[in-house]
Amino acid sequence: MDFTLRVVMTGAALLGLISGALGTLAVLRRQGLIGDAVSHAALPGIVLAFLISGSKAPVVLQLGAAVSGTLALLWVQTILRTTRIRFDAALGMALAVFFGIGVVLLSLAQHTAGAAQAGLDRFLFGQAATLLRADLMVMAIVGVTTFFLVVALWKEVKLVLFDADYARALGLPVRRLEMLLIVLLVVAIVIGLQTVGVVLMSAVLIAPGAAARQWSKRYGQVFLLAGFFGLLSGATGAWLSSLAPRLPTGPIIVLLLSFLATLSLFVAPERGLLWQYRKRKKAARNAQQAVLTVLRELERRHPHEARPHPAASIQTLLGPEVPVNAILRQLERHGQVQHEPGRGWRLADRNPEATHESRS
Amino acid sequence: MKWAIEIEDLTVAYQQKPVLWDIDTAIPVGQMTAIVGPNGAGKSTLLKAVLGIVRPVAGRIRVLGKPFQPHERRVAYVPQRAELDWEFPATVLDVALMGTYGRLGWLRRPGRTERAIAQAALERVGLTELANRPIGQLSGGQQQRVLLARALAQEADIYLLDEPFQGVDAPTEAALLDVLRWLKAQDKTVVIVHHDLSTVAEYFDWVVLLNVQCIACGPISEAFTPENLRRTYGGRTVVAVEEPKAL
Amino acid sequence: MSPALEIQLVAVLTAMACALPGAFLVMRRMSLISDAISHAVLPGIVLGFLLTHSLHHPLLLLLAGAAGLLTVYLIELLEKTGRLREDAAIGLVFPALFSIGVLLIARFADQVHLDTDAVLLGELAFVPFDRLQWQGYDLGPQALWTMGGLCFLNLLLVGLFYKELKLAAFDPAYAAVIGFRPVLLHYLLMSAVAVTIVAAFHAVGAILVIALMIAPPATALLLARRMPTYLLYSVLAGVLSAVPGYGMAWLLDVSIAGSMATMAGVLFVVVWLIAPEDGLWARWRRRKKQQIDFALDLLLLHLLHHEHQVTALDERHPDTLPQHLNWTETALQRILKAGEQQGLVRITSGEVHLTQAGRERAQNRLEMLTPAQRLTSRPSMIPAEPLPLPQTRLRPHSRDQEKSVL
Repeated sequence: MDFTLRVVMTGAALLGLISGALGTLAVLRRQGLIGDAVSHAALPGIVLAFLISGSKAPVVLQLGAAVSGTLALLWVQTILRTTRIRFDAALGMALAVFFGIGVVLLSLAQHTAGAAQAGLDRFLFGQAATLLRADLMVMAIVGVTTFFLVVALWKEVKLVLFDADYARALGLPVRRLEMLLIVLLVVAIVIGLQTVGVVLMSAVLIAPGAAARQWSKRYGQVFLLAGFFGLLSGATGAWLSSLAPRLPTGPIIVLLLSFLATLSLFVAPERGLLWQYRKRKKAARNAQQAVLTVLRELERRHPHEARPHPAASIQTLLGPEVPVNAILRQLERHGQVQHEPGRGWRLADRNPEATHESRS
Repeated sequence: MKWAIEIEDLTVAYQQKPVLWDIDTAIPVGQMTAIVGPNGAGKSTLLKAVLGIVRPVAGRIRVLGKPFQPHERRVAYVPQRAELDWEFPATVLDVALMGTYGRLGWLRRPGRTERAIAQAALERVGLTELANRPIGQLSGGQQQRVLLARALAQEADIYLLDEPFQGVDAPTEAALLDVLRWLKAQDKTVVIVHHDLSTVAEYFDWVVLLNVQCIACGPISEAFTPENLRRTYGGRTVVAVEEPKAL
Repeated sequence: MSPALEIQLVAVLTAMACALPGAFLVMRRMSLISDAISHAVLPGIVLGFLLTHSLHHPLLLLLAGAAGLLTVYLIELLEKTGRLREDAAIGLVFPALFSIGVLLIARFADQVHLDTDAVLLGELAFVPFDRLQWQGYDLGPQALWTMGGLCFLNLLLVGLFYKELKLAAFDPAYAAVIGFRPVLLHYLLMSAVAVTIVAAFHAVGAILVIALMIAPPATALLLARRMPTYLLYSVLAGVLSAVPGYGMAWLLDVSIAGSMATMAGVLFVVVWLIAPEDGLWARWRRRKKQQIDFALDLLLLHLLHHEHQVTALDERHPDTLPQHLNWTETALQRILKAGEQQGLVRITSGEVHLTQAGRERAQNRLEMLTPAQRLTSRPSMIPAEPLPLPQTRLRPHSRDQEKSVL
């Protein structure tokens, strides 16, 4: 395998792993779009870092990105604490305003630094092909550090994520832990920016977590699974994009992730829609008796009116895995129930003559 | 007796779990009816199903003999306070005026008539001085009153209220009750999801005991019995069915 | 008209056109949909370009608008499965669509300069160059007509459906009950948002559209408590971002769109600081007043308590008071001054005395305390925390409280 391809694949895999796993910190709090905001808000930091240092070394730019991203989130937090403005508006405003400042700075850089800034907006749109071994080292170190931190503080992280009030009651320094989580998230975003770019970053953060969530309810498993999905999509996406010319890596990774998330929606056990379909087939064998029992109960509750009952009443009680309609039709064939179109089902009378009478 | 609301075979499911199951009940015209039951019994859902806000998986609902049609505006709805965003930029009068929107229909603006109706409604609930107050500055009791005013401004025949006495102080509760009794005196039908068992017998004529199924319904003297209450509140069984034999 | 004037006019019209649908988005907690739509329209534009080979054909706008509505539809579809929350749905849909757009560009339009830069960032400076010609007459920049028309349409929409939009935003359940179709209104609003975004970003770019849709209404929220004022202030804030934004861009020779977005942020910060009632400074002053009031109460109670004790002369001496009350010297001086100003205490011959008014107030406070509190009321400076504002969601089935970023 060609060296550049190896580098790009490793980089994309690392990106997927780190962003996917750390992205769960935001996704599970229903704040997934923080990734989008931080990515956009990173721009002024990137440009300023370049203007001040004169260097376009990724580490420098990433540092600038991290600073301005964190500042944006702090601004959002302050707005939330002191005004009536809600999370979505505060986030959207920070996103757009910071990006606007970045655009202004970018146009300033265009005058002062001339052609040297041309590479800066590549940061905006991602160019995986420009990844170097050194970048991989940075990503790996950052990745290991963040993972280590999360694992070391696992219990505290879980509590802060899911039950902050309880954590506070336990005496945990919730504010400081939340700051830490913010910093981790910002770091994950910032190191991924040069691979997928600003716009696509939120997918890389959200999709793995959203997909993983369909497969498990336990945070540890979700965390690892999200990382795995990210890693898989990253590596595969990078490889796929190398197969033909003019296939930018970022979009391919994102489309893979979207596909994975959608697939998970349908296929995952318990919650997946297809899984429920399979369970229905299995339950069909055993459920005839249950259907009859429920129908009997329905009729018992209406002793004075011999009324048919809708299948949906039976379905709701027995749950989605039981194919009530199919069973009712089967029972009808056996002569155990009767169907009145538009009205519902009733138990067949024992007396065959009575059956004919009630039909008229 | 004429029925304001008739419900047959109503089943409502949320994410494949039954919230209401096989409900058969009827609510009489011109009476004050309470709907009571434990938390999660489906009381709010019952109101919403009648209003068409929630889609049942099965069942038929008739309002005054016909299926519910929103544009006929014969049914007024007072939702739970907590379901609304009270930071919304509106005044007390704005909200009361909303009750008149139905009679205006699309595109027409509220005029003097509508304003008068809204003002009268506000006066009936005792909020005239607060007409220009932003709703974000209202207390819980005042919020409840303004929602009732909105319903009054609709000049409907049936009033459905979801826990209107929840979290209001005694004077407000008395004031609200006054208005509702006034409505009953005008032969309007009042149906209330009520959270306080201790006042059911005093406030209401008719009761529906609900716990996913309809446990009992009827006049207070007949249906509001200790036995029925025990069956309603004693444990969250959906249906007592003997175990299916062959599985 | 000079080019500068033309640009400013377009900028102002854009700001006005964006502020109106944006105001409703912000109010309904849907601001980030504008972010999603503005990115997700890319495939529509690219498709239109591939079909017509022109960047200016109206088909582009049409397809972009369709892409916008598709985005909204897909997001809601995903939410309806119950397996994804709103943020996850948004964050999945628009990057996927944007990716499709980027791939289309890379594969089929690479040789043409359809730069994602241009799509995202736009450039107002080019507005005067794109002119609308008709029968030999120069009718001015095309953008002027587009944005003017858009402004008019949005004003018409809000004007015609004012009460319906207001009702559906406040209480969609009630709206459905009395016969207005909230779903219809929702899609009406979303269409307006999509069309506005698509039309506006040719001139100002995706990011500025978002800024103009969210920041001015957010600013207005700090000042307005009624709908008409809220809408008016949103538009005003938009205009006050556009004009100074242009000024800034002219002064520093930088991107106009970026400057306008920056100015929108600056305006927000300014209002955030100085808004009466809701502004930071007003809150700070309220808190300080509360603190002083509370401390004064403590002082008065202390004086009342020791008023008739002959042995407690030093309980009233300004020098020893700090000790007894556990306050710093400066704090005490400040409180004493406030107390004198409000006519509650008198300082004579080296002692602090209650005035009649002070005594009444102290007794008043005493009555409000329960016996248990009376025993434990040791004076100390307790800062009053600003109370967290209650937050409830508009949509009935989720009642989340999002007070912190993470």
